[in-house]
Amino acid sequence: MPVSAIELNNIFFFYNSHSILSGVNLKVEEQDFLAIIGPNGSGKTTLLKIILGILNPGQGTVRIFGKTPLEAAGLLGYVPQDTGLNKDFPISVQDVALMGRLGRRGRERRYTSEDRALVRRVLEQVGMWEFRDRPIGKLSGGQRQRVLIARALTVEPKVLLMDEPTASVDAQFQTDLYDLLKELNATITIVVVSHDMSVLSGYINSVACLNRTLYYHESGEITDEMLHAAYQCPVDLIVHGGVPHRVLRKHDHEDS
Amino acid sequence: MLEVFQSEFMRNALFAGLLASVACGIIGTLVVVNRIVFISGGIAHAAYGGIGLAFFLGIAPLAGAVGFALAIAMIMAAVTLKNKQRADTVVGVLWALGMALGIIMIDLTPGYNVDLMSYLFGSILAVPRADIVMMALVDVGVLVIVGTLYNSFLAMSFDEEFAKAMGVRVGMLYYVLLGMIALSVIMLIRIVGLVLVIALLTIPPFIAEKFCRSLKAMMITSVFLNFFFSLAGLWFSYRFNLTSGATIIMVAAAFFFASLIYERVRNHLGGS
Repeated sequence: MPVSAIELNNIFFFYNSHSILSGVNLKVEEQDFLAIIGPNGSGKTTLLKIILGILNPGQGTVRIFGKTPLEAAGLLGYVPQDTGLNKDFPISVQDVALMGRLGRRGRERRYTSEDRALVRRVLEQVGMWEFRDRPIGKLSGGQRQRVLIARALTVEPKVLLMDEPTASVDAQFQTDLYDLLKELNATITIVVVSHDMSVLSGYINSVACLNRTLYYHESGEITDEMLHAAYQCPVDLIVHGGVPHRVLRKHDHEDS
Repeated sequence: MLEVFQSEFMRNALFAGLLASVACGIIGTLVVVNRIVFISGGIAHAAYGGIGLAFFLGIAPLAGAVGFALAIAMIMAAVTLKNKQRADTVVGVLWALGMALGIIMIDLTPGYNVDLMSYLFGSILAVPRADIVMMALVDVGVLVIVGTLYNSFLAMSFDEEFAKAMGVRVGMLYYVLLGMIALSVIMLIRIVGLVLVIALLTIPPFIAEKFCRSLKAMMITSVFLNFFFSLAGLWFSYRFNLTSGATIIMVAAAFFFASLIYERVRNHLGGS
């Protein structure tokens, strides 16, 4: 059996002695398109950062194609949430996108003309090439999101991890983005974290529900118990195995 | 007007100002964009402990200050990397501890009669040749390190987490940065004194940030602003017989407020 793209083994994470993640196990096979859903504060972003090696888990192991996250730098593309970005920073769109090449540059870390050509292709793909010299602070939220997506794509990743990628983009770009992701999915593994899963319909092929611990069926089947345990709120639409299922079950409590 | 710069000690002063401007424009830019002004202030003041220690041991004061400031910088790097919430308290304690140690060491030094004011408020007119050589070495070191690791420093400053995910050794870079801050701060102690160091480290990048579109441009602009402030301050101090360090800071502060007013006017006119 080939090695999994991502393998998490019994991950625990604490923040100021609060348990954020508790005993998370996850296996993502190559070319999977996984959505991790869960309410706010369920540890979705933390889980992504652990996979990326940004945070070290208090306990448990992370393997990316059998390697540690540090060894796997350059295999992972990351689209963070737009909110944490320093918008006053003096940097152009093009220079932000170039940062995706850092993981592959080895020791000398100088950008080559191939790097720049790739950045141009990717920026054209997300419709931001004409803004290449614009300072990052002078973009709209949606435009900035596109630049962050471009930065992750210039990594030429084998696994793409995205944290609420459609939070601030318009409906048209959302559709374009998911078409693009579907195209990329032919060669790379994609993990999307979101609390809004309706946009994922028709694209993803497995779902994991997170709320401190992960409720995930390796077979890709989702049960009511899983959803209720993780989400504790009404869930509109679940897709797995490429066949959309509707789960339109009203919640027992008043809106939560 | 320019004849004031023709005397030997004035030329030395000018040269010292130029050399200090190079390191401080570059490092000051990284300090401002990484928002570690407080840590830099802590290193500058704690360096006083090194000066006191050097007097007590009878070694060159600046050598003592360099060693001590580097040690304090490494401790601060370790503390801030480990625990970001508590970091500012620890930095504040080290800040005061360093100064207290300096004062006590000088109390304990027999027959002490050194002009400590020159370390607190600078004496650009009395920079010895040996210090100018040291400044040149620090400049070369800073240029080589920042030159080679520029893309990594840029990535770390803009988005530390993404840089980390790209395999950039963010922790190591942070130690290197704080080490370079320690060296730059010691250079500035000669020029404006340790009390006023922070102003000269941060005002030029703050002004430059408003006009620059890249980190590199911000560094270069800061170097020129730094040199201009030193030059103008020196001239005013000579002309009106004022303390040179304080006069340099006054010039920088004047431009700082002018840039704020300029920005307001520009936003007002452009933001219709």
